[in-house]
Amino acid sequence: MLLSSLSVHAEVFEKTLANGLKVIVKEDHRAPVAVQQVWYRAGSIDERVGKTGVAHALEHMMFKGTKAVPAGDFSKQIAAAGGRENAFTTADYTAYFQRLHKSKLPLAMKLESDRMQNLQLAPAEFKKEIQVIMEERRMRTDDSPHALMYETLMATAYQEHPYHHPVIGWMSDLLLMKASDAQDWYKTWYAPNNAVLVVAGDVQAKAVFALAQRYYGKIPKHHLPSRRVFVEPAQYGIKRITVKAPAQLAQLIMAYHAPSLRNAEKDSVPYALEVLAGVLDGNSSARLNKSLVREQQVASEVGAGYGSTARGPSMFIFEGTPSEGKTVADLETAIREQVAKLVRDGISADELRRVKAQVTADEVYKRDSVFYQAMQIGQLESVGLGYQAIPVMLKKIQEVTAQQVQDAARNILKDDELTVAVLDPQPLSDKPKHVGGPVHAY
Amino acid sequence: MRTKIIVFIVLCAGMGNAFAMPKIQHWQAASGARVFFVENHDLPMLDVAVNFAAGNAFDDGDKPGVAGLSNGLLSAGAKGLSEDEIGRKLADIGAEMGSNFDADRSGLSIRTLSNAEQRDAALHVLAQVLQQPLFPDAILQREKTRLIAALKESETKPGSIASKVFDKAVFGTHPYGRTLEVEDVEKIQRADLVAFYQKHYGAHSAIVALMGDITRAQAEAIAQQLTVNLPAGGANTHIAPVTMAILPSEQRIAHPASQSHILIGAPGISRTDADYVALYVGNYILGGGGFVSRLMDEVREKRGLAYSVYSYFIPMQQPGAFQIGLQTKKAQADEALKLVRATLRKFVEKGVTKKELQAAKNNIINGFALRIDSNKKIIGYLSMIGFYDLPLSYLDDFVAKVNKMTVAQVNDALKRHIHPDAMATVIVGAPEEKK
Repeated sequence: MLLSSLSVHAEVFEKTLANGLKVIVKEDHRAPVAVQQVWYRAGSIDERVGKTGVAHALEHMMFKGTKAVPAGDFSKQIAAAGGRENAFTTADYTAYFQRLHKSKLPLAMKLESDRMQNLQLAPAEFKKEIQVIMEERRMRTDDSPHALMYETLMATAYQEHPYHHPVIGWMSDLLLMKASDAQDWYKTWYAPNNAVLVVAGDVQAKAVFALAQRYYGKIPKHHLPSRRVFVEPAQYGIKRITVKAPAQLAQLIMAYHAPSLRNAEKDSVPYALEVLAGVLDGNSSARLNKSLVREQQVASEVGAGYGSTARGPSMFIFEGTPSEGKTVADLETAIREQVAKLVRDGISADELRRVKAQVTADEVYKRDSVFYQAMQIGQLESVGLGYQAIPVMLKKIQEVTAQQVQDAARNILKDDELTVAVLDPQPLSDKPKHVGGPVHAY
Repeated sequence: MRTKIIVFIVLCAGMGNAFAMPKIQHWQAASGARVFFVENHDLPMLDVAVNFAAGNAFDDGDKPGVAGLSNGLLSAGAKGLSEDEIGRKLADIGAEMGSNFDADRSGLSIRTLSNAEQRDAALHVLAQVLQQPLFPDAILQREKTRLIAALKESETKPGSIASKVFDKAVFGTHPYGRTLEVEDVEKIQRADLVAFYQKHYGAHSAIVALMGDITRAQAEAIAQQLTVNLPAGGANTHIAPVTMAILPSEQRIAHPASQSHILIGAPGISRTDADYVALYVGNYILGGGGFVSRLMDEVREKRGLAYSVYSYFIPMQQPGAFQIGLQTKKAQADEALKLVRATLRKFVEKGVTKKELQAAKNNIINGFALRIDSNKKIIGYLSMIGFYDLPLSYLDDFVAKVNKMTVAQVNDALKRHIHPDAMATVIVGAPEEKK
């Protein structure tokens, strides 16, 4: 399997244009399709207090017109070409993508390069779109008990680090946001030297480089502000929060501060944590579901997760719903027992082998999706690891030992690094209109 | 005129080479199961899906929930394999088992590496859970408890409440409108699952789809291996007709959420309806075409009233719902509802324009390659074509029909199938009535 993953890697080609735009091409000739993704290294991590949500607001505004392509026309042209398009903003980056027949790639490049430099940001369009964004916030966060709980958890676990703030922004900031805020953001971060262009699919790298030069090559680079690296202050004991929201069932989230991958070759703890997450919740015989849902029946749902790739720090997270007749305290106790058992006894050789077998198989399954392959490249570029880390990370995961997993559990899953969030379900009747969320001024 | 002809020829030539339709092989296994196979060796992996006419529309009227739990408990233990062993054996080889379930269909699928070692192990597990399920009583009790918890939870969610009330309003007592209550789940016994399985999981209703790195001979052997020991049932695959005409209704339900969840609709079309393609194209223009649909333009782009607004047909064995949905803050819910109704009315009365039809065709035809660019998507089509007894040329036919569609055909189909004056409306988190 290692051989095949190396050969996959060999099909990736890279070139940096004179203006600093990095172009990465992943050839995959299974179907006559192509995906273009442009990744800007600008996410909510780069925002400042009072302006939260501006990275995401600008993402919405990127569909609202340039001089050459009026509002709505970007989507119309991509649709007429048979394309699918969208964009997403995270804490770490903002990305725009189109999937189309390979013959339509030049159109996608023409449109995407145009809005890299010529966005108009009309105040009238902004005024409407910020309403849409507030509806998005209501839908995704304010009316979703789980999301509300997660938002509060992040704001508690991170005191100073900008991961404290939600990507979509606090409602009070959205209410005050102006077109000029989005304009400032665009001027600051939208530049070829702050972007990575990823193209994957049935394309020839050479031809893609030529197209990229033609459409993006003339966009001037510009000065990027230096980036403040935040160091979250030490935590001095468990933090606990409660969120009340309309629901029937209680929920529990336990989040431990954990490192993310900084050096793919030298780091080891993040790989051990990846394996640990796999042992707990990575396959059909993983520990949490087997022990807590099937055997002890203390949870009706339970899971664990850890992401090693981020610009900032990471967290190792447990979450679950207690089963009928059990409480969040029962569930927390059961999860803590699982942690204690990991620290005491480690993991078995069979468990380690299964996680590695899944990683091996996933490498093959992943090739069924051109889009996902491009995603992985863009993501690793945007967090500073580089796409070259992909085969390194695979190799390092295969080298993880049971001892390293046990050590990581002992060193990372510590109470002083823990934030516990509880959803306290409220009956539907006699409830205040907004629960736990920000005050809305309407 | 000449320009147009040239463009047309170029387009045709371009489309001819644009993508290759998957070559579907079809046969009936000795067991009686119908098999649909696409051989492809690009990736060393195999996808297999087996579907039965055993969705929740096949529940007995007085025993809703049995079909769903039967599907859910297939992997809870089979002859010679405990629930744990099933999980462990799949995890050992990195295989992934999944299930799908709706009103018509119940299915299991597996994705595995195609090396003999992994493939054989994965297919052994799938063969056992499909043909020798045990439905262990202790696990049924556990799953009933979990299902009841999930039902109670969904009764607090505005989106779930809206769907439930909407289905009832659209389908009445028809199985497509049947809802599941806590008391129903409490009554379910192991014997109900066993009886349901015997009756509905017969080889004659089984559709086996295979996609990936195996030969035809291997595919034949696998299809037989997965179905040879299925029970004798599966004869009844018919669902009662839906009463198409409904009376207009509007239900407003209080909820503390900040947004109103609005659903509007009526019975739509079946999967085999002659107007399927015309309505697919028509709905793309109304509310299916992402950022470029009329609903999106009126509700979101022009007025900023919602983040999400959509419309779709759910084509099933019998006509599933035609449905429009959106969420918007309570204070503007009535305004948005009025706008959506006006947009729909105008759309049906005046119909689509030539320009809109051309834009829809461009999207659907130029983008067709995207629908069949992965094994995962292709096996989805194999299962659908097999289950709804569509021609093997379905994908080619679809593109050809879209290409030939006229404004008159689309508008005629819209008028015959969408009746804005006879629709159900549900608003959960409704704004306070003005007194």
